[in-house]
Amino acid sequence: MWSLVLPAILGGLTTGAIYALVALGLTLIYGVLHIINFAHGSLLMLALYGVYFLYAILGIDPYLALLIVVPVFFVLGYVLQRGVISVFSLGKEQNVLLVTLALAIIIDNLALYFWTSDTRTISLPYAYTMVEIGPAFIPLPRVIAFVAALVAAVILWLIMSRTRLGKAIRAVAIEKRGAELVGIDVDHTYAMCFGIGTACVAAAACLLLPTFYVTPQVGYAFVLVAFTTVVLGGMGSFMGALVSGLLLGVIEALCGLFLGESLGQIGIFLAFILILLFRPSGLFGRRAA
Amino acid sequence: MKTTSFGEWVLYGGICAYLLTLLVMPSQLWLGFTINALIVAILSVAWNLLGGFGGQMSFGHAALFGTGAYVTAMLQVRWGINPWLAAVAAIVAATAVAGFIAALSFRYGLRGSYFALVTLAFAEVLRILASSFEISGGGQGILVPYKAGLANFQFADRSTTYALVLFLVVVAMLITLAVQRSRFGAYLIAIRENEEAAKALGIDTFRTKVLAMMLSGAIGGAAGVAYLQTYLFIDAPIAFGSTMSIEALLGPIIGGAGTVWGPLVGTLIIHGLGETAKHLVSGAPGLNLVLYGVVLMVILRYLPDGIVGLARRIGPRRAAPTAMPEDR
Repeated sequence: MWSLVLPAILGGLTTGAIYALVALGLTLIYGVLHIINFAHGSLLMLALYGVYFLYAILGIDPYLALLIVVPVFFVLGYVLQRGVISVFSLGKEQNVLLVTLALAIIIDNLALYFWTSDTRTISLPYAYTMVEIGPAFIPLPRVIAFVAALVAAVILWLIMSRTRLGKAIRAVAIEKRGAELVGIDVDHTYAMCFGIGTACVAAAACLLLPTFYVTPQVGYAFVLVAFTTVVLGGMGSFMGALVSGLLLGVIEALCGLFLGESLGQIGIFLAFILILLFRPSGLFGRRAA
Repeated sequence: MKTTSFGEWVLYGGICAYLLTLLVMPSQLWLGFTINALIVAILSVAWNLLGGFGGQMSFGHAALFGTGAYVTAMLQVRWGINPWLAAVAAIVAATAVAGFIAALSFRYGLRGSYFALVTLAFAEVLRILASSFEISGGGQGILVPYKAGLANFQFADRSTTYALVLFLVVVAMLITLAVQRSRFGAYLIAIRENEEAAKALGIDTFRTKVLAMMLSGAIGGAAGVAYLQTYLFIDAPIAFGSTMSIEALLGPIIGGAGTVWGPLVGTLIIHGLGETAKHLVSGAPGLNLVLYGVVLMVILRYLPDGIVGLARRIGPRRAAPTAMPEDR
């Protein structure tokens, strides 16, 4: 029994690390801008294509691609927030939800148009190098992803707690008008947040592609899981996003093991509904929603 | 009574003229497109009741549409129940699903983005369930055998299907009109404008929202029934996928949320645009959806009241347009 369950748990933890990384970006955007970014999954899909083409055309290793994709997506996120989302939503919360939904529709279907619905994968020489952990064998890229997600969470935490930018972000999140009064550029801070959140997604893409695939629809599967992670962890909580991402990875792996592969994700959505209903402030949330 | 502006007369008159012309002089080319748009319009009217009047935006109305379609299909194919009876049962089932989702969500005070997300999650759970079990046809979906005839709720003639779907749209819009003019509608609008104030005035906000969702579920279920009886096929991505949930809210928001005509106007316009785009750029999957996304963004930015709101501002103004229905 344990020989089946333990590998499933460890595998789930590595999947969960990616969920956590995607969710870290989402929770930052939610925590500060108080908006739900539906385009988050679509941006992940775009980043996955970026990593794919860098490898397929230029032969750049996905881990090296981190250095290119992350800054590019930071800028993309900054511009999207400042040039598109804030302009088209007129700053209303309900509209932001719809504008990001519209962005998701546009990005997903443009990708479908340009790149067709073919499933694309890359094959790295070290993709099947196994690392032995107890009774389980985990592919090396998944171990790297797990460690990198933890590192990313620490970096984000350091940015938020130790830098001037982090201080400004926290100030805007708590009291927007007050922050404006003491001279913080709110629009700039919003856009920086969105940029960092998008950079997280780009990092996730680099870590994900070695053991995953990309299609234009891939973002949708992740966006709901990311929402679940964010809600479970408490909107805006980094620690919460990290822990709940790992937890959901394990839930999915165990549901897949006991209920069959196709029903694996149902555990995640049932968890999502249950959390929203019984504890909308999340496991680590301080305030009720 | 608020007056109807010149722009509204032109807009509604044009739509009625188009729909009636098609009824009198059927054209196969236009019928296929219009039937599809009208089925979506029924679902949009359903979304509008809760989302437009009540301000509770659902991102998972496919759950209601899909329940309607699947229950009709399963009762007919698996148990040989008469399609008309199956249709009634499907509408009851969709109402129940809506009531269940609403009661759970609103009991715990979910609103805004949280409500949008939980409805999306419900639709997603139903999608996975429908594609995982033998009884719902698994990944293949359900094909209803073709046996045309009134008793079978299937029509060999497309224009009969069209007349039926058009009838359903009219009924759904009349229900909206009745809601708008009722005390219940005033409660819903009060909740949309300020839920705390509505509660303070003694409105049972929980009951009002759940009832609105159940009414929405009945109409959305009817849209699912109409879809199934028209195309005789349903599978999980069509029934419960995000496309249908998105289409449900595009119509009202583009046409004008919280208006009687908005869902129909919006749905016909975006489907018209999408169809035109398909003819101009052939062999481009998804390009019509790109267009929907762009239109949605432009409407949000420049026409917050939608097309109907624009029409209201055209022509000589006799009375200031108000969002509130008259008090009885």
